[in-house]
Amino acid sequence: MAYDKFTVLTSTAVPLPIENVDTDQIIPARFLKATERKGFGDNLFRDWRYNSDDTPKQDFILNNPIYSGKILVGGKNFGSGSSREHAAWAIYDYGFRCVVSSFFADIFKGNSLNIGLLPVTVSEAFVDKIFKAIEADPKTAIEVNLPEQTITILATGEKESFDINGYKKHNMLNGFDDIDYLQSAKEDIKAFAEKSLY
Amino acid sequence: MSNATTLFDKVWDAHRVRHIEDGPDVLFIDRHFIHEVTSPVAFLGLEKRNLPVLYPQRTFATADHNTPTLNQDQPVKDPLSANQLAALSSNATKWGISLWALGSPKNGIVHVVGPENGITQPGMTIVCGDSHTSTHGAFGCIAFGIGTSEVEMVLSSQCIMQPKPKKMRITISGKLGKGVLPKDVALYMISQITASGATGYFVEYAGEVFENMSMEGRMTVCNMSIEMGARGGMIAPDQTTFDYVNGKDKAPKGAAWDKALTYWKTLKTDAGAAFDKELHFDAADIEPQITYGTNPGLGTGITHSIPKATEVKDGEASYKKSLAYMNFEEGQPLIGKKIDYVFLGSCTNGRIEDFRAFASIVKGKKKAENITAWLVPGSHIVEAQIKEEGILDILNEAGFELRQPGCSACLAMNEDKIPAGKYAVSTSNRNFEGRQGPGARTLLASPYVAAAVAVTGVVTDPRELMEKVTA
Repeated sequence: MAYDKFTVLTSTAVPLPIENVDTDQIIPARFLKATERKGFGDNLFRDWRYNSDDTPKQDFILNNPIYSGKILVGGKNFGSGSSREHAAWAIYDYGFRCVVSSFFADIFKGNSLNIGLLPVTVSEAFVDKIFKAIEADPKTAIEVNLPEQTITILATGEKESFDINGYKKHNMLNGFDDIDYLQSAKEDIKAFAEKSLY
Repeated sequence: MSNATTLFDKVWDAHRVRHIEDGPDVLFIDRHFIHEVTSPVAFLGLEKRNLPVLYPQRTFATADHNTPTLNQDQPVKDPLSANQLAALSSNATKWGISLWALGSPKNGIVHVVGPENGITQPGMTIVCGDSHTSTHGAFGCIAFGIGTSEVEMVLSSQCIMQPKPKKMRITISGKLGKGVLPKDVALYMISQITASGATGYFVEYAGEVFENMSMEGRMTVCNMSIEMGARGGMIAPDQTTFDYVNGKDKAPKGAAWDKALTYWKTLKTDAGAAFDKELHFDAADIEPQITYGTNPGLGTGITHSIPKATEVKDGEASYKKSLAYMNFEEGQPLIGKKIDYVFLGSCTNGRIEDFRAFASIVKGKKKAENITAWLVPGSHIVEAQIKEEGILDILNEAGFELRQPGCSACLAMNEDKIPAGKYAVSTSNRNFEGRQGPGARTLLASPYVAAAVAVTGVVTDPRELMEKVTA
């Protein structure tokens, strides 16, 4: 199930300056009961976004019409906790294509890359610059350039580069996924399995 | 440089099918566990691509996340949960995968049933769509949680693609004090290095404290590795490990056992092997622990007060948000705090030793009136053992009841939800906002602490109750 290609994304961004945003906040366990991958965006940040009577919490950023865009900018240790890929699905399904943080939890980062949601790790100082730029102008545009591996605040020209391994970059640029690759490696895998102790 | 190699490298390198330049390794997976929540979409993916399950005999299915803990013989009431359980069963049946469905005598939490049936063996690579797969590292396995896309990879190719993580070793020397359990060791380490202190690393636990630990205790520690951000944690297999595995249902027998044992004995870190990071702690510094915040790193010794914002490593704004959710004040003592719920169970502390520990404290006492207690064994095998050993009688006499196995209130996917605003002392692994139910406030602790709270109704140092027992 290859995903949409990612090359250059220019968009406004939604700031979420909170540390340790865990996957139970991104999507609580009680919303993991579907057997198909659809509709998870409706419950993204459910308990931060809605009151217990399902009315929107006015002070939460996603309920503020001033902020929108395809880039989510979070505090450090974003995506900690459970391995639920539903967290990445919920963010993607809501409409985000890129998450920016100074530090991602490992499993969340891997899950995001596997579904075409680009996790961009930049310095804490640069995350702060983005937060300040959005505070100054909620419509400020951010450019995420995957071929160049750079992220730029277009209004000020402030730019930082980010790392991604060559294999994953190639996949994201072309919309390929690991299952495609592993199918091509099947003969090696079968030979390996023959020798397995277990 | 010497050829000295770490345990982690030995196991990883023995499973590397390919290395991709500037990319991940293709890693062969020996055992794959699946449950009802993170597998249905993976099976749908296989259907869409028209791919078969490559080695169904290497995957094991059990229903746990979403199962009721009462009246398991009756149909599951929630239609969405019932639908997920049905999907697990039909997918397993379709592909010839071993299935311990709800009601099966072998059913239980995936990370409890794997080891107790001998599916988990030293030196394996083990994955599951659940972050607490790190539990199996107790056997010297490389075991970690994966997402649903990776579940699909393992089903279709028995491999996943992972960059090799960095290596950390945490050594704890000395002997644990009275009333200090493996859970306290885990919570202590996380409080020292924070909930993200081991992100990017695979951890090996070494030293006297772990060498002296039972397999159940090692599983508790490795289980919590993910709570410090580590992908997994592992402990070198030794005689304790071999004795545990020997004779288990799916463990090798006869000549196969001898061959496996010879190999397993090589699975240890060589003297002089290099780690990317090394940490040392002293067992004498560890007292019974309890958390007060909304990530597992926000914990402290039970006799301490809640730290000031200036004393913690998390950012001040996030820390204050965390305390506001818990309705706690900086500087507030934890001892004496009134509690509403006690949860004993989960893949962290749902094994027989945990029930023995809990029972040893509540024996001859009565459940506090203000406490609602949910005691949930990790599996039917644990449940049977609780009955055989007379633990159930002790619990019943003290006013406690035993529920049926499952993940239960650890993640509150089923009806076992702590109500909003209520305080729960829980032996599970996460105290995130809403983890145990919307608005629920969780304090993580050991089975001893949970038991002390269950009989006193307030946060209590279990050592005080133990002294009374021995006096």
